[in-house]
Amino acid sequence: MRRFALIAIPYVWLLALFLVPFVIVLKISLSDIALAIPPYTPTFSWDDGVWAFLKQLDFENFTWLAQDALYWKAYLSSLKIALISTALTLIVGYPIAYAMARAPEEWRPTLMMLIILPFWTSFLIRVYAWMGILSQEGFLNQFLLWTGLIGEPLTILNTSTAVYIGIVYTYMPFMILPIYSALERLDGSLIEAAEDLGCSRAQAFWLVTIPLSKNGIIAGSFLVFIPALGEFVIPSLLGGSDTLMIGKVLWEEFFSNRDWPVASAVAVILLLILVVPIVLFQRNQQKQQEAEQ
Amino acid sequence: MNRLSWFNTVSLTLGFAFLYIPMIILIIFSFNESKLVTVWAGFSTKWYGELINNEAFLNAAWVTLKVAVFSSTIATVLGTMAAYVLVRGGRFLGRTLFSGMIYAPLVMPEVITGLSLLLLFIGIGLDRGVLTIVLAHTTFSMCYVSVVVSSRLVTFDRSLEEAALDLGCSPAQAFRLVTLPIIAPAVISGWLLAFTLSLDDLVIASFTSGPSATTLPIKIFSAVRLGVSPEINALSTIMIAIVTIGVITASLVTKQSRVRAQRDEQAAARAQ
Repeated sequence: MRRFALIAIPYVWLLALFLVPFVIVLKISLSDIALAIPPYTPTFSWDDGVWAFLKQLDFENFTWLAQDALYWKAYLSSLKIALISTALTLIVGYPIAYAMARAPEEWRPTLMMLIILPFWTSFLIRVYAWMGILSQEGFLNQFLLWTGLIGEPLTILNTSTAVYIGIVYTYMPFMILPIYSALERLDGSLIEAAEDLGCSRAQAFWLVTIPLSKNGIIAGSFLVFIPALGEFVIPSLLGGSDTLMIGKVLWEEFFSNRDWPVASAVAVILLLILVVPIVLFQRNQQKQQEAEQ
Repeated sequence: MNRLSWFNTVSLTLGFAFLYIPMIILIIFSFNESKLVTVWAGFSTKWYGELINNEAFLNAAWVTLKVAVFSSTIATVLGTMAAYVLVRGGRFLGRTLFSGMIYAPLVMPEVITGLSLLLLFIGIGLDRGVLTIVLAHTTFSMCYVSVVVSSRLVTFDRSLEEAALDLGCSPAQAFRLVTLPIIAPAVISGWLLAFTLSLDDLVIASFTSGPSATTLPIKIFSAVRLGVSPEINALSTIMIAIVTIGVITASLVTKQSRVRAQRDEQAAARAQ
């Protein structure tokens, strides 16, 4: 009896507040927009019967999404932004993780804490901090003008460049930590062996270090790519009107246009796009766990 | 071998500069006299003063704190139960679905979670306010708690529990007297994680809150959309200070307890 309650309480909670809401999103994505409260039709009622209700649903919203270039562009540019910023995070994060793993042992806990600390600080504030740096009269432009590198201020805020910077900055700990934990376990004598056998330092790095930290690289890349794809705060604060990201489109469809069926359809497709990387990620994690055992 | 090459030193320096300079600038300019955030006009704490007198911010902070305390506490109870079920529950009907529902919210885009919960609340006719935000935050943060606690439960030596049962404890007593004290650090860090996630959340709260309940992130977001403001800098500085003190205290406490545990072990070894 006690075991039953232990299983049932969290189970029912998640069913009611996680699974059922998705079924509702799916249902509304198949409904039509209506000038009513709530603004969609049909609404379910037991009087008409389940079948009559199901017959009223259609794929109109999805056809509409497929025909409207805005949504295609938004999906493609989210994918592009997520991919490029994942690559940039890897390029910036790897040397940091590498240096942390090479640092004297007594420094490492402090370095770890310095990487984790920003993660505990508000995401919103970390994105906001860049607004003052990247704006026309911001600190970066002031600095570059002062050094004489540029003659007039650059426009960075409200462009895709600012979005890349924002994503790299906020998601960096997710990239560094898995790579660091892979590199920390790396046996230094393997690199020495490679060098003894005639590898140059660079060759040893490419042939030994990189392959042995592959799992960390893969895990870190997924941890950045998956949330970056549905990101809303960064494009809406740092991006411009031409930075299309699907999370922002969904938000505007819902809050500005009040088109709930289309917003739901956007959500369903975003989820379908995410299923592939999520499944790949889980597979990779599982493989890694099995390899460790 | 343990000396850093110049390349490593440079990457560490640049990396940490990149991570910390934006926040340091933010903190410095919260003490700026001028309303213009990018021009230094002398030291002043006037923005902190304005913040204390800004009733809208104070109300939002109070709502946020209430939501965070309630949601993280409920999430810790539910998440610990879920972790226990996943690690110790054995087989039961729908176990795969259950573990799927624990892991899915971790990777779900916030816009989708927020939208779906809002549609549920409207569907069942629940008025949006503090209650709906608490329900929403509890749902996603219990999954984080459950991941943290189950990773501790996996490495837990089960024979300790069995010994308690053999010595006459009821299963509930064994849990309270043996299991809970051992997994307590994981439960506490789960609670802290849930608490910060709730404090920090903008997207899900925006979908599930009503006009009667505005949280601090919602308030900050609508203010910064109009541009950088010194008042928000002051607020950010306070929040950064609280987090920094909290994290440093927590790490010192864990370090101390680890040292104590080591000393106890050594003493026990000597006694033998």
